Amino acid sequence: MTAPGFTAESVPRLASGVRLKDDRARGQTVLLAPERVLVLDETAVAVLRRLDGARSLGQLADELAAEYDAPADTILADVRAMLADLAEKGFVEA
Amino acid sequence: MTEPTPPPTPPPGPPLGLLAELTHRCPLMCPYCSNPLELSGARAELATDEWLRVIDDAAAMGVLQIHLSGGEPVVRRDLEQLIARCRANEIYTNLITAGVLLDEARLAALAEAGLEHVQLSIQGSRAETADRIGGYAGGHQKKLEVAGLIREAGLPLTVNAVVHRQNLDHLDEIIELAVELGARRLEVAHTQYYGWAYANRAALMPTPEQVTRANEVVAAAEERLKGVLAIDYVVPDYYAKRPKACMGGWGRQFLNVTPTGKVLPCHAAESITDMTFETVRARRLPEIWADGPAFQRFRGTAWMPEPCRSCDRREIDFGGCRCQAFALTGDAAATDPACGLSPHHDRMVALAEGESTAGADRFRYRTLRQKDVVGSASGG
Repeated sequence: MTAPGFTAESVPRLASGVRLKDDRARGQTVLLAPERVLVLDETAVAVLRRLDGARSLGQLADELAAEYDAPADTILADVRAMLADLAEKGFVEA
Repeated sequence: MTEPTPPPTPPPGPPLGLLAELTHRCPLMCPYCSNPLELSGARAELATDEWLRVIDDAAAMGVLQIHLSGGEPVVRRDLEQLIARCRANEIYTNLITAGVLLDEARLAALAEAGLEHVQLSIQGSRAETADRIGGYAGGHQKKLEVAGLIREAGLPLTVNAVVHRQNLDHLDEIIELAVELGARRLEVAHTQYYGWAYANRAALMPTPEQVTRANEVVAAAEERLKGVLAIDYVVPDYYAKRPKACMGGWGRQFLNVTPTGKVLPCHAAESITDMTFETVRARRLPEIWADGPAFQRFRGTAWMPEPCRSCDRREIDFGGCRCQAFALTGDAAATDPACGLSPHHDRMVALAEGESTAGADRFRYRTLRQKDVVGSASGG
């Protein structure tokens, strides 16, 4: 699948009105957005915690590749797909 | 011999969201208002410290989002204080407003208090139609200005449009307007027929042709506006084959606190006239959620009659909407007539089709006194 709008140079961030929350009552991390609560898996949390408006997607993929000992290009493709999906719904922007 | 009392069904977990109806006061008179027909006045409203305790209790339970609504919530002068308390509790705040009472200074104060998102209602795409529907002269133009102020205050904007026979033909313009106003989200909500909307059903019910066309307009816009505008579409269930999963299931994810502190499983629950509801003045919110009789009544699946009881969708749609079942069959436990398996379904569809073409366009406007206000209250 293609991920329009995001390249290795993109600097994605959470859209305004969207934030991560440690949901202690249920022991999970969620993304809070207008009229939405998204329950995140471990991978999504690892990616979204790094969206600080400074890191590029390429840097982010390199970090995750080092941390999880996986090929950077595979991770970059996975992260692009995840962020494209979230961007389409308005949760992430570049 | 009395029937054995079934064991209480505990909630599956804490509620995700709480709708805080801070007041019934509102300058608009929309004929589909979601408030009950019997509105409460300012003197009966919960005081600030009572709302603060609701917010603290909600946070302790694990509520993640509070929707500050009404009536028009900005008539409450303590709104900033309530938002700040939500913020201190890390609860996401969403303001649901008609916008006409907001100005730059108030929006700055709300943003400063920690407000995270604004949902602004519009009644149509054109001033003449919108002002007639809302019963408020000049309202539409004011909303357009306020949308700009919301964006300038740095607040993300969702536009909400309740659609029905008298504005549905302008749906493409409504979508265009949401984009122009800088909204990231648009809710296109077909009218749900409870309370005021039920009283106005003959004036609001769309024709099947309008609904088909609206579905096409939304589908095309969703594709065209990907990444620009997310559209949430609430389908019209009088013409549906299967009912909506109302509230994600009764007492499963959401609760509602009314201006006077009644705790409801859904905002329309008071339309089920054989039910009574506890208030936060008498008992704390977590206790009401855990075992309050109103929450227990339709929680889980044990209460279901056939055809719901043996249906493989019983935990997908939860039997649909209890308020609609009550309104159309007189039995709140009946299968929602929106379901094709309900024995009342065909009658419901025939009723909708008949009303949609009968041409009874006059509104009974929402008023505190329940007196019919007919025709063109303003602008129309």
